[in-house]
This record gives sequence, structure tokens and C-alpha cells, in this order.
Amino acid sequence: MAEINSRIPEGPVAEKWTNYKAHQKLVNPANKRKLDVIVVGTGLAGASAASTLAEMGFHVLNFCIQDSPRRAHSIAAQGGINAAKNYQNDGDSVYRLFYDTVKGGDYRAREANVYRLAEVSANIIDQCVAQGVPFARDYGGLLANRSFGGAQVSRTFYAKGQTGQQLLLGAYSSLNRQIKAGKVDSYNRYEMHDIVMVDGRARGIIAKNLVTGKFERFSAHAVVLATGGYGNTYFLSTNAMGCNCSAAIAAYRKGAYMANPSYVQIHPTCIPVHGDKQSKLTLMSESLRNDGRIWVPKDIEDAKKLQRGEIKGSDIPEEKRDYYLERRYPAFGNLVPRDVASRAAKERCDHGFGVNNTGLAVFLDFSEAINRLGIDVVRQRYGNLFDMYEEITDVNPGEFANEINGVKYYNPMMIFPAIHYTMGGLWVDYELQTSVPGLFAIGECNFSDHGANRLGASALMQGLADGYFVLPYTIQNYLSDQKIWPKVSTDVKEFDEVEKSCKADMDKLMNIKGKRSVDSIHKELGHIMWEYVGMGRTKESLETALKKLKDLRKEFETNLFVPGTVEEPMNIELDKAFHLRDFITMGELIARDALSRNESCGGHFREEYQTEEGEAKRDDENYFYVGCWNYQGDDTKEPELIKEPLTYEAIKVQTRNYKS
Amino acid sequence: MALDNIMKVNLKVWRQAGPKEKGEFVTYNDVETTPDTSFLETLDILNETLVEKGEEPIVFDHDCREGICGMCSLFINGHPHGPATGATTCQLYMRRFKDGETITVEPWRSAAFPVIKDLMVNRNAFDQIQQAGGYVSFNCGGAQDANAIPISKLDADEAMDSATCIGCGACVAACKNGSAMLFVSAKVSQFALLPQGRVEAVQRVKAMVAKMDELGFGNCTNTRACEAECPKKISISNIARMNREFLCAKFKD
Repeated sequence: MAEINSRIPEGPVAEKWTNYKAHQKLVNPANKRKLDVIVVGTGLAGASAASTLAEMGFHVLNFCIQDSPRRAHSIAAQGGINAAKNYQNDGDSVYRLFYDTVKGGDYRAREANVYRLAEVSANIIDQCVAQGVPFARDYGGLLANRSFGGAQVSRTFYAKGQTGQQLLLGAYSSLNRQIKAGKVDSYNRYEMHDIVMVDGRARGIIAKNLVTGKFERFSAHAVVLATGGYGNTYFLSTNAMGCNCSAAIAAYRKGAYMANPSYVQIHPTCIPVHGDKQSKLTLMSESLRNDGRIWVPKDIEDAKKLQRGEIKGSDIPEEKRDYYLERRYPAFGNLVPRDVASRAAKERCDHGFGVNNTGLAVFLDFSEAINRLGIDVVRQRYGNLFDMYEEITDVNPGEFANEINGVKYYNPMMIFPAIHYTMGGLWVDYELQTSVPGLFAIGECNFSDHGANRLGASALMQGLADGYFVLPYTIQNYLSDQKIWPKVSTDVKEFDEVEKSCKADMDKLMNIKGKRSVDSIHKELGHIMWEYVGMGRTKESLETALKKLKDLRKEFETNLFVPGTVEEPMNIELDKAFHLRDFITMGELIARDALSRNESCGGHFREEYQTEEGEAKRDDENYFYVGCWNYQGDDTKEPELIKEPLTYEAIKVQTRNYKS
Repeated sequence: MALDNIMKVNLKVWRQAGPKEKGEFVTYNDVETTPDTSFLETLDILNETLVEKGEEPIVFDHDCREGICGMCSLFINGHPHGPATGATTCQLYMRRFKDGETITVEPWRSAAFPVIKDLMVNRNAFDQIQQAGGYVSFNCGGAQDANAIPISKLDADEAMDSATCIGCGACVAACKNGSAMLFVSAKVSQFALLPQGRVEAVQRVKAMVAKMDELGFGNCTNTRACEAECPKKISISNIARMNREFLCAKFKD
């Protein structure tokens, strides 16, 4: 069995990071200039890492698939970013953020990583304000906060409902400064296809210039992947259309372990699916749960009338509404973590209480907030989200709709859970290095900080923590012995071979010459994943999924049709086919991991393993580990499962409780 | 999907094989969609039928499909991002169009945004303007506490409004002069309004304006077309502020 070493520093959890920094190896300024680092991706993690490494003196090659680094999907994050500042004097601390994150992750995260994350969280806010990020402020001129799920304090910093945009534009501005200074070479509309290994270390990549359709070679002393998550395996998700897992799968095929792939986050507040031509799902920010109340009718007859379109939500008075989150989880109410809120919505809809024509939706209602605060205050907080909702559904959630017994009711939103974020990802050690020497993974691309469920407003925190404050330190420990290495030429046989295999892969896709389009097969993949590897999984459903995925791979390999030619400029169907090939491999990994984990935890819910009250039931005796999957040379061969045992020193592992 | 909801539209689309090739309009009749389908999903539907016929799909830029990444473009029926106000192309739904309508779809038309293929253009000029000065010169790691400098809520809110720009290029496409003033002024304003940005305000406005002129963008003649078509409703008061900043900076020369 392959070995696993998470390289967690010695000492108590609160001192590990300080100790690490005090003793790690550094690279002196003159040598930094001689070292090249490839950073793939320009989201929060990628852009912040690229700019910070360049500020330190390294030479960075930075790649993105979009036409500009500013368009990476971090830009779509709405609600906010957590930080243990305790500006609200409500009892927050580094320890509490650490504790909330570990608990929110259902005790499946690595303790040492999470503590470090909480520790650097405050620096992120300082950094962003200094960059000119216009966070929301109170009238006194100081920073404002709001609450997010899984926390009893207000520690979330925000910029309207566009926090991800503002943080990304901040990182993009720092990146621009380094591009102008010549320290970062920026490659837009490039997609990494494979990693080049020289003497057992990652020393370069083969990337496709998406405009010319040609492959190009790039070498460096280390390669950093910041290529996001694999949510689009499910076809419909809140991810952008271009989000894909091909870079992560390329790393996996080179020997990087894929960790906990079954931990997929299903976000409770998305706009419900409307038809079979839909291309993506739109998220309504979790921040709405600060003032919005989630409900379905108490009476099944009311639900049936709603489903038939005979009545509207605003026709149902207060006493006939079931605010099921407030009922089941009095301590956290509408602000329970995402996995809990999503399952509770599914539970109600499974029992027939869904409120739209498909029976797959619940209400998110602002009547109480509008009556308490007035529409102006509510619109100031959520106006852009209300507008977004109206543009998509033709319903204005702030509009007065009905008055019953002197109580005013406003149009509620309809929401339903959707695939949003992936906690699993490339396995990394404490230094964010994968099991391939010289290959690092940061942001959503890695697995390390969120355990089995991520808390709201923690993705932005982790992406920026990795990019601004963690990787720029830890990568030096690796690069310190690389300074003696000359630049690797791209004219060596290793590059020849990998480029040749990239081309062969494209030819293979092109030469199938079957009948089905990429999207038609991708939709089928999404259907299998949602149906059998979605919110409620069972042994049977997962075995069915694996069988269906095997058939689907065969269908893909024998019946795919891609128009055009291999090397023509902008063959978008070919690029999509390349992504789909890897989504199928990812789908199998998700299902396999879910099948091997005979317990429920966080986003992974096995219906066989639940309490009498329907809560997730963990098995700490047998599954208190990180499940790492090791590639066996062929996508169709079952990968080897390697276990990284978890050890908790600071936190007592217990059952998650959001009730009291 | 109920059958009575189906609508048909004719899409008259600009097709161009490459930057140097000659382009032309091609009309695709009777594309089936529904009022609740987005405009880009309707293009997806058309592309799917093209692929099924063995033809090459229409290339267009798109990514987040929720109106924030700024990737989607398209000049639809004579308007950047189509007929809706305050929305990007990806937020445009077919209920905005009539059954049987012919919809004309073109790329952004501007010398500074050359066509790459079909409806996709090269907006690298925008990145270059940002690289000229759209940042605070500050290295990660040395920041003081975030609350050390109070900033009035009014200034912070106004800076946020300016910073809302998604860099899509609709302002340039809408302007008869092909001016990028709205885009540039939004970034200049965001920093001019914040104490962190004031330090370099003089150099920034000069550098960004110089780069904008160098790249061939036109000048502003106050037609306000940019403001009317901006999907994020960025105000032209930003342009006034930039002009003020620019004049003050020049006086200091």
C-alpha cells in the first residue's frame, strides 16, 4: 500500500503554524528570481497565490480558461467571507471559528489545517481592505458583519451580495500590478491538459491555447493547481459553464490522491429546476436566511393546491405554515448548516409538501422581515438578489401580495437544493502539496479544510487563506532545494511524450464519430449522479450508479460525436468532450467513495445510517479517516483506497447538535 | 414542459470563421424554446441541433450564467446584452421576445475588440488598462488592522457602486465613439473614493487614461448610451469624477 504522510507539525494545535513558520526553509531573494512557479487558475486561490508569489520575488506563469483572470467563478460568490475579528464583540475568537468549522464539517476535517485557516482569517480582511475592497460599513465608518449558517456570532464580512466579485477583483488588481511589473506572465484562454513529470517531480504542464487549438509547453520548478471543484459532474449545478475537473483528474492520473470525493455540498437555497433545456442553476445567497424564513404548508391539501397552481404561497396564513427548520432546530433555526437545511427540504418534499408544479420546492419568505424592517431596509440588504430572482422567475419577492387577518404577506421565493461546492478534492499535506512531489493544490481544488460539509462564507476564506498566507510560505520549503536546478528545457523527451499523449487523446475523441452530442451524454451523467449519488444515497443506489456509469463510459467511448477537426481554432465541442471524459471518471470516484463510506456525515448522507430523528449518523470507530483514492494506471481499474487517519487533539469529537 | 409553452424564434446570427475571415449573417428559422428559457440556453438549443446535423456550433462567450462574471456579450436587436435593462445577456429570458420574432445577434462591434470567431471577441484591452494602474501598490502581509481607518458609509457605498462594474464591454459596444470611459472611470472612482486608493490617485488616473487612449478607444461626447446599456447601471457621474481627477492630476504636472 502506498504511504501517506500529512506532515503536520509538532506541538499543540494553536502553536503548529507559528512553529512551522519559525522552522521552515526559506529561499533568499536572489534565488527567488531564478525560480518559476506555474499557477493554474485565477480564482481567489489562484490569483492571490500568483500575485503574492510574484510580490515575494518568484517568477509566475498564470493560466486561465476565460478571456480574463477576472472572470473565474469565485466572482459569483454572493454572501460573504468569515473572519475571526470579533468586531461585533459577540464572543468570537480564532478558537470559535476553528471549532465551528470543524463541527460544521461533521468532524471529518484535519484539525491542524482548520486551526491555521481560522488563525489567518483576520489577516485576509486586513489585506483586502488595504487593496481597496469596498466592504459594507456601518455609519460609524467601521466594517459591518452578518451571520451565516452554523455560527452563533456575526463574523461574515460582505460587499452587498457580491462579496466574491469584490474579493476577486481585489486579487485581480494585485495580479495586474505584478503582470505590469513583469513578474507574472498571464496566459488567458489557455487550458491545462496534462502535467509533465521530470525525475519524479512536477516540472511543467502542457496547455492548450484555446484560440489557436494548439498545444504549448511550459516548464517551472513547481506547479500549483487552483482549478476549483467538480460540481459540474452533476451537469446542473451552481458552477459556471466552464468549471471542470480535468486538471484535477490529470493530477490524479499522475499519482495525486483524490480525497473524500463523496463530500459534495448541496446548497439549500437555489432557484428550482424549470425544464429539461436548463443549462445551470442559480444560487440565492445563504445571507437571505438571516431574514428569510423557510416553510412549507402544514396541511398536505394546501401543498396539493399549490402544486396544481390553484393557490399561491401568500394565500396561506401564518398559522398554516410549517417553518420546519425553526421547528426542528430551535437553537439555529433558519441558519442551520447547508447539509442540514438541504436534507430537511428534501424530507418535506419527499412527504409531498413541495410547493411548485414539480413538488420539488419550498418557500423562502420575507414577509416577517418586511413587516418588521420595512421594504427599504430589506431591499438595501438583498435588493440585487431580489432583482436576480425576478429576472429569472418573473416573480418579485418583495412585492405585496395579500393581507389576511391584518397581516401583510409578500410574494415568497421558491427554492430547492442544488449541487454547489465540493469539499473533496486533491489530497494535500499540511504544506498543500499533493502526493506528487512539486505539485500543489489550493482552494476548492484541494480537500483539506471543510471536512464533510463547508460552512457558508468559508470558501472565500479558504481560497484567500491558501493563496495569500499559506502556500507562499509552504511552497518555499519545497523550493529551497530547487534553487540548484536550472530551468527545465521544454525540449526534452518528457515534454515530447506528454504532448504526444495529449494529442492522441484529442484524436481519440474526434475519431469516435458516433451519433450523440457531448451535452446529451453529460445530461445523462448528471441524471445518474443526482438520482443515485445525490442527497440521499444507499448501498443499492450507489451500486446501480456504478453500473450505469460503466455503461455510460462505454456509450461515450463508442457513440460520441464531435464536429470539426482537432487543431482548428475554437473547437468548443472538442473542449467539452475532453471535460466530459474526466467528469465520468470523477462520477465513478464520487460513487465509489460514497459506497465505501458506510456512515452518514455532512454532505454524504447514506439513508441506512441515520438516527431516529433523521439526522446523519456517523461511525467514528470505523470511518474516522480521510479516504484517499490512488490511481491504478487506467480509468476503468478500481483505484486503491488509502486511509489517512484523523487525530483530534483540541476538539472532542461528538454528535453535531443544532437543536439546543 | 407543457406544450402550449413552446415558442419559436428565428435567430439571425453573425458567423465569422476567424479574425481575418469575412463574416456574414446566417438565419436559423424556427428555433424552438420556451418563455422561461434563457437567451443563452436558446443558443444552446440551436447549437445542439447544429451539432446533430454535423455542422459547427456558434461560438459565443459565456460562463457564470448569473450576470456577474462579465464573460457574456452579444449585441441583440441593436442593444448590448439585449432589450432588458440592468441585466446581462445570460440573464435575458425568452419571455422578452415575441413568438415568431426574428432576433438579430451580433458580436461587440469595436476596433478595440476584434472578433476571434463568430460572436466571440478579444477584450484583452480591458485587462491592459487595469494593468496600467487599476490597483493599490501594496504587498500582501503588511496590512494594518482593517478597522484602523474608518471610512464613511456613503463613500464606501459609492465606491461599491463603482466597483460593481463587471468589465463586459457593453459600454464600449454601445458608444458611437467606441469609448471606454465608463469602464475606466468606474475603477478610477472606486479608488478615488477610498483612502487606500487616494495615495496613488494622481498617477493612476493618468496611467489608465493614457493606456485607454493608446489602445484606440474613442472619446466621450456625453451621449449617455453607455449608462443606459450598462448591465450593472454604472452611473456616468463616474466619468465626471474621472475627468475631475484627470484635470487635477494634469495641473500638478
